[in-house]
Amino acid sequence: MLIQTHDLTMQFGQVTAVSALSIDVSTGVTGLVGANGAGKSTLLKILLGLLPATKGSAHVLGLDVTTDGPAIRELVGYMPEHDCLPPDVSATEFVVHMGRMSGLPTTAARERAADILRHVGLYEERYRPMGGYSTGMRQRVKLAQALVHDPSLVLLDEPTNGLDPAGRDDMLALIQRIGTEFGISVIVTSHLLGELERVCDGLVVIDGGRLLRHSTTASVTAQTPMVTVEVDGEPTALQARLADAGVAARVDGKLLTVDVGDDTAYDLVRDVVAELDLGLVRLERQRHHMTEIFSSPGPRDD
Amino acid sequence: MTDQQRGPAGAIHDIGYRHYDGPRLGPAYIRRALFLETLRGAFGLGRSARSKVMPLLLLAVMVLPALVVTVVTSYIGFDTLPLGYTEYVVTLQVVVTVFLGAQSPVVMSRDLRFRVAPLYFSRPLSRSQYVQAKYAGMVAALVVLMGLPLTLLLAGALLSKLPLDEQLPDYLRAMAGVLVFAFVLAGIGLVIAALTPRRGVGVAAVVGVLLVLSGIQATVRALAGELGNDTFTGYAGLLSPYPLVDGVTAGVFGADSSFGEGPPGALGALVFTAVAVLLVVVCYVVLLARYRKALS
Repeated sequence: MLIQTHDLTMQFGQVTAVSALSIDVSTGVTGLVGANGAGKSTLLKILLGLLPATKGSAHVLGLDVTTDGPAIRELVGYMPEHDCLPPDVSATEFVVHMGRMSGLPTTAARERAADILRHVGLYEERYRPMGGYSTGMRQRVKLAQALVHDPSLVLLDEPTNGLDPAGRDDMLALIQRIGTEFGISVIVTSHLLGELERVCDGLVVIDGGRLLRHSTTASVTAQTPMVTVEVDGEPTALQARLADAGVAARVDGKLLTVDVGDDTAYDLVRDVVAELDLGLVRLERQRHHMTEIFSSPGPRDD
Repeated sequence: MTDQQRGPAGAIHDIGYRHYDGPRLGPAYIRRALFLETLRGAFGLGRSARSKVMPLLLLAVMVLPALVVTVVTSYIGFDTLPLGYTEYVVTLQVVVTVFLGAQSPVVMSRDLRFRVAPLYFSRPLSRSQYVQAKYAGMVAALVVLMGLPLTLLLAGALLSKLPLDEQLPDYLRAMAGVLVFAFVLAGIGLVIAALTPRRGVGVAAVVGVLLVLSGIQATVRALAGELGNDTFTGYAGLLSPYPLVDGVTAGVFGADSSFGEGPPGALGALVFTAVAVLLVVVCYVVLLARYRKALS
């Protein structure tokens, strides 16, 4: 188990940032979703052993956050939400230094820094002072410094913040690669549910420091027996034929959403499309959007 | 973004991710690495060219008189150095003050202003180890700044065939003084810089505080001199770091005071030493307290 918390509570005076949170997170990419001020950043700091929790316990990689903070921080990478790059050093200098600060010998730190900057997609510009970098490049350097010591787990706090749509896609693709190709587990926070569903294996939704929902993305999104069919031509005829065969379908503009009770429905769609001589453009499994989680919240008492 | 769209570099990209299975060194190594980085950073090494200008210029200004003294000594053939080891730093205290003002924020406020500090604290290093590395780095930078010209002065004196046994004791006294100077000044500079993270404010604050203290000290000393109270005149040196450390050098290491009136007697030496030590300890504790708070 990657992360385990039990009855974790964090209070700052009157304010409760995290409230009786009990979660188990396994390896892979896990999204930590919540509105601003939901307690995401506080939770990350507790997991790093930087903030002592008021109550409850938490274990990261099997290590207790209250007693094994330094050992955890050796094996975990952290990318903060805010800007954290000095403008007068180059990305290379900075990432090498941060590698050494994680305990890597200088030569290893240099090699790792060069490798990881390439992986995050920073090339010639890495020798220039970071003051002149775009937001996208800065986010990449922040990510690189979190990965330079080859951690077992990285905590990414709002990595897509401030990025344009293309930059978001790049960053999300990168996060997915970290989880799959690099084999490093990822906890990634966001206040946008939608963008995380594409890359996360699991999902924790918190609100006001409380757990709203805890699930794997697969269980949320995979079980829906819906298929979107796009055809070259009018979908209404197709809908009528499918209805005759006892398969419910709904026309949605040029798209047809089909309930597929079992696998034979796929064959039926294919056969009918062929019979009607329509061009089949797309046949796509429909996933529930995670936004629906928010519209069906779990127990809350505020 | 696919690798193919990335152009020629994409070919390198395809090596794939390699894991690191080499050694991970402990906090002692990390603290030493941060110390070296701090020392280098204090002279702008590893930073942009613009960051190097100020510290290296000040180092040059600090070294120049030593070179001049050396040349003059050997050319004219003095049998003592016209500017002694123990008075060198006090004579050039403005340069040291400006260096401290310019570089303390570089060493300390930078991590606060650009919020780099959370990156350190999310790594194995503890906050006290961070403060120790920064403090030691600044001390070492000041030792270089003040010790380099003194060493050149010694080398010059020996090249001018001045006898080693006359030169060495004063040189060693001065170097011991440099060490005390470095601890006291670094403490003051770093504390002020840590409390004033905004750009430019730190520089002004450090230089301002040292100048004001120096002014008060001079005024009190002049007043006491007017009143003819020699003991009081001596203790006036406690008010400003330069006469304070000069007093320690004079009282403990037996150098001649560069401020005319040093600390009176053994008690004075003890008081000056105690105040210097207390100052360093207080600065360290204040720095620890500054970083004890959750910074992020």
